[in-house]
Amino acid sequence: MTSETGVHDATMAEQLKRRNRPFERVIVGSLFISGAISIAVTIGILWELGSESLLFFREDEVSLGKFFTSTVWQPQAGEFGIWPLILGTLLITVIALLVAVPIGLSAAIYLSEYASPRVRGFFKPVLEILVGIPTVVFGFFAITFMTPLLRSIFGESVVGFFNVLSAGIVVGLLIVPLISSLAEDAMAAVPNSLRQAAYGLGASRLEVSLRVVVPAALSGIAAGIVIGMSRAVGETMVVTLASGAAPRNFDLAADPVFGYVLNPFQGAQTMTGYIAITASGDISYDTIDYNSIFAIGLTLFLMTLGLNSLSRRIVKRYRQEYD
Amino acid sequence: MNETPESTVLDPTAAPATADAVGGVEAADDGPGVLETRSMDVFYGDFKAVADVSMSFTFNEISALIGPSGCGKSTVLRSLNRMNDLIPTARVDGEVRYHGTNIYAGDVDPVEIRRRIGMVFQKPNPFPKSIFDNIAWGAKINGFKGSKSDMKDLVQGALEQAALWDEVKDKLTESGLSLSGGQQQRLCIARAIAVQPDVILMDEPCSALDPIATLRIEELMLELKENYSIIIVTHNMQQAARVSDRTAFFNVELDTTGQRTGHLVEFSPTDVLFTTPKEKATEDYITGRFG
Repeated sequence: MTSETGVHDATMAEQLKRRNRPFERVIVGSLFISGAISIAVTIGILWELGSESLLFFREDEVSLGKFFTSTVWQPQAGEFGIWPLILGTLLITVIALLVAVPIGLSAAIYLSEYASPRVRGFFKPVLEILVGIPTVVFGFFAITFMTPLLRSIFGESVVGFFNVLSAGIVVGLLIVPLISSLAEDAMAAVPNSLRQAAYGLGASRLEVSLRVVVPAALSGIAAGIVIGMSRAVGETMVVTLASGAAPRNFDLAADPVFGYVLNPFQGAQTMTGYIAITASGDISYDTIDYNSIFAIGLTLFLMTLGLNSLSRRIVKRYRQEYD
Repeated sequence: MNETPESTVLDPTAAPATADAVGGVEAADDGPGVLETRSMDVFYGDFKAVADVSMSFTFNEISALIGPSGCGKSTVLRSLNRMNDLIPTARVDGEVRYHGTNIYAGDVDPVEIRRRIGMVFQKPNPFPKSIFDNIAWGAKINGFKGSKSDMKDLVQGALEQAALWDEVKDKLTESGLSLSGGQQQRLCIARAIAVQPDVILMDEPCSALDPIATLRIEELMLELKENYSIIIVTHNMQQAARVSDRTAFFNVELDTTGQRTGHLVEFSPTDVLFTTPKEKATEDYITGRFG
């Protein structure tokens, strides 16, 4: 092994030769394929949604303009305006966020800043188990517990059996663990030196939490909220069960906004709800109704895509560098 | 002092709260210091980190705590403003008296203690906020009621005291993290000053800085001691010799059960400690025979 410096050592030169590592190439190749599969699937979904939507928009009864402007969704009558379905989705999403953001953030602040390691060690796994509960269970929870509860509070004449409020609250509870878990991760990543700096200035624990840790973790928290929002927009099972199958067709000029259009006590079909019911119903393939679900799916896809890229921009824009 | 701390201490136009206190302490030259420990033991769980520390700190003085690693000098420092409370297992026996009040008494609010006994950390840790907001933050959470221009005066005053104003006056809205390490540390000192404490604890404030930045911080400390009592932990004996008026040497001892417990060996005027130490252990340490 040893050789005089300056003297060419043939065995050393041999040892230093670049070696072939075929196994590593195989591994790298398979890693690349795994990554490529998810991209291919996304492209495939887009292709399918796009081409089927095209079939839908080619129909005589349908026009792209009317699809995005009309506020009546009535396939039986040849009315395909997507706004009633978007309205249902948005109502439920807003209610869900009103429920989930305060609860999720409070839980995250408690876990990250107040809970002892033992309490955190208990709560975090429980929260993460909640994420894994099938949504159909939440749907049952909505119709067997939340809806009767709301009807007994506000009166059965006010609250319909299918209503947006019940669905929204339960979707909110569904995304609480998601938001709190992501927010807690973001807050736990805030360096302790910042907390110490604040404590050293005479800050109380609440001030440290709300005025140092939360702002420093804001990008992660906001991203968590947006991801929760996409989850709420895409949620299907709960809304199908609890919010009913009737699109809330409306006429902004004639209908009262709060009494009807935004009324949380009555049902409204969502985009996902319509897709689920239509796809599983007995409507035959290649009819106009059937093709309409692809157009809705494409809209939904674009909405969640928009939300996800929004969350990426928020993360970038508000990221606070710590050092 | 400070019967109505919220209104007087945070009023930037008033004379520094410390001025009165300085006078009081000077009058009672041999009386108790602003901060005093009496037979203080600090534990982490069952582990006794520091045993039986009794020392007294006065105004207009820089006191340095030196000693080998693990001797508990940082632990002692953090016990002086209850920063150790943040470590769940930490416990302090004995007393730490601040203006005569035991800060570990049950009815003492650690938040109030930390506002009056400020702290500067080893690694500069400015908030990820603007330079201005870094300074203003402490005053705001401590109930600052002044106008916007009062706040500007307060920020400027703190930055001037920390010898940073000239360097940052044109970029107060930039992030504190855009500054160099030495500037960041002076920003942290300014931030500590802005809540107008009367004692400032510094935990190896120069260990992350280059020699030039270190020199600036040392000059700053010498200026600040006119108004504050400064207690600094340093692993740099030259630094202790350069800046401090009194130096405490801590050492660590293995007890019979194998625990390493720190204790105070001697606390003397700095020139005495470095030239004619009373204890053999001190002499061995400062002459580089161990540690």
